[in-house]
Amino acid sequence: MTKKSKAKDMPLGGVIPKGGNAHDYETGGWRKFQPVLDSDKCTSCLICWVMCPDSSIMVEDGKMVGFDMEHCKGCGICAVECPDKIKAITMIDQEESKEGGCE
Amino acid sequence: MADNTASKTKNSALTGNSAMALAMKQIDPDVCAVYPITPSTTVIEEFSSYVADGAVETEFVTVESEHSAMSACIGASAAGGRAMTATSSQGLALMWEMLYIASGMRLPIIMTTVNRALAAPINIHCDHSDSMGARDSGWIQLYSETVQEAYDNLFQAVKIAEDERVLLPVMVCLDGFITSHAIEVLSLITDDEAKDFVGDYTAKHPLLDTDNPASMGALALPDTYMDFKHVQSDAIAASKEVVIEVGKEFGKRFGREYGLIDTYQLEDADVAIVILNSAAGTTRVAIDELRAKGLKVGLLKPRLFRPFPHAEMVEALKGVKAVCVLDRADSFSGFGGPLFNEVRSALYDMEDRPKIMGRIYGLGGKDYTTENAVAIYEALFDVVKTGKIDTLNDYMGS
Repeated sequence: MTKKSKAKDMPLGGVIPKGGNAHDYETGGWRKFQPVLDSDKCTSCLICWVMCPDSSIMVEDGKMVGFDMEHCKGCGICAVECPDKIKAITMIDQEESKEGGCE
Repeated sequence: MADNTASKTKNSALTGNSAMALAMKQIDPDVCAVYPITPSTTVIEEFSSYVADGAVETEFVTVESEHSAMSACIGASAAGGRAMTATSSQGLALMWEMLYIASGMRLPIIMTTVNRALAAPINIHCDHSDSMGARDSGWIQLYSETVQEAYDNLFQAVKIAEDERVLLPVMVCLDGFITSHAIEVLSLITDDEAKDFVGDYTAKHPLLDTDNPASMGALALPDTYMDFKHVQSDAIAASKEVVIEVGKEFGKRFGREYGLIDTYQLEDADVAIVILNSAAGTTRVAIDELRAKGLKVGLLKPRLFRPFPHAEMVEALKGVKAVCVLDRADSFSGFGGPLFNEVRSALYDMEDRPKIMGRIYGLGGKDYTTENAVAIYEALFDVVKTGKIDTLNDYMGS
């Protein structure tokens, strides 16, 4: 017989017994490319907000104000979907953008 | 004098599969998702008649494969329902991926497994390769010697699975064609007795409870995965006690008590056979023949295979000098069948443990006769006499 597990408080069968807690789990660390917003070009059409597969487009008073970098995985869909005539979002390599490059 | 506390029993002559369909009707599960496969087909065929006749409330889901049948049962069980299915052989093999998900998510799904050989070569007859292949999937496994046992086991399976100390899926195994298609007289319980015995099932986090949303089947990474498995392992180990309790309660209500193992003439036996399911019946006949000649031979039949009743096995085989474990499945380890390996391991720490050998028998429906059993007992007496086992493991009759 094995010794009994001490993990008695584990939710049975791995159930997550509450809703709306995806926000608590930070997934931004998966990112390689990072979106950068040019606020002068952005018209706040919010197509990026609609298309973002996470909830990483931050909006205040109907205006696009930036990205939730704790959850953005850098997929680049926002940059692709930003209308051709506007193109206010560009993707940059996170490591290269750091001063002094990769450590 | 009629005993008023005893069940108002009714005897009936049924095939194993008809008895399982009847038990399912009496349990009246919320959802039954199934795909037909020989020799389990008639369980579902007859149960679908009960559905069509309005004899049950069950939502009957006809799916496109056994993988989907188990998937639908998982969904139904996660939603908070009591879910049941039945299968055999390739069907169980196709469910393999989902079996682990059912047990890992701690869903008390109930399945009738009508044992049949696995291809190749294609074969529709009985052996235990299918359920033995699922032995490490985290399902509790009950084995049934007779139609009566299979019928009784299904009610108990529901109670065991749904006990909050357990919350694991259970499969009830019976031998394909031998038990599933042979007619046997058995004692039935009434619909009311069945409903009262199994009771209602209330899930802790049903997905249909939209006021209290929950997520199921989430990711667990190296920091937590092993803890979930450890808790699951504790639960199946502890389920033994629940199997015993439920077997006693069944006995109290209906007069047929069940334990983890069953024995026959084992108490003073010098030599013994360990065997599962219907072949135990054949062995009992051989024992009667040999006992009539004064030979001390006995039988040990595990009813519970998962979790494995190690301690009970050691206790029951004390004083026996030589044991042959008969497997109706090969583990292809080059070292005998699965039951042989479990029993041999269980007895390792025993002082004065018996000599143990293994024989594989009855694959693909090959007959197991009383003569076969007698020959095994003779070989065991040779082992006792010489103190030596010539062949540790062998295929019998091929």
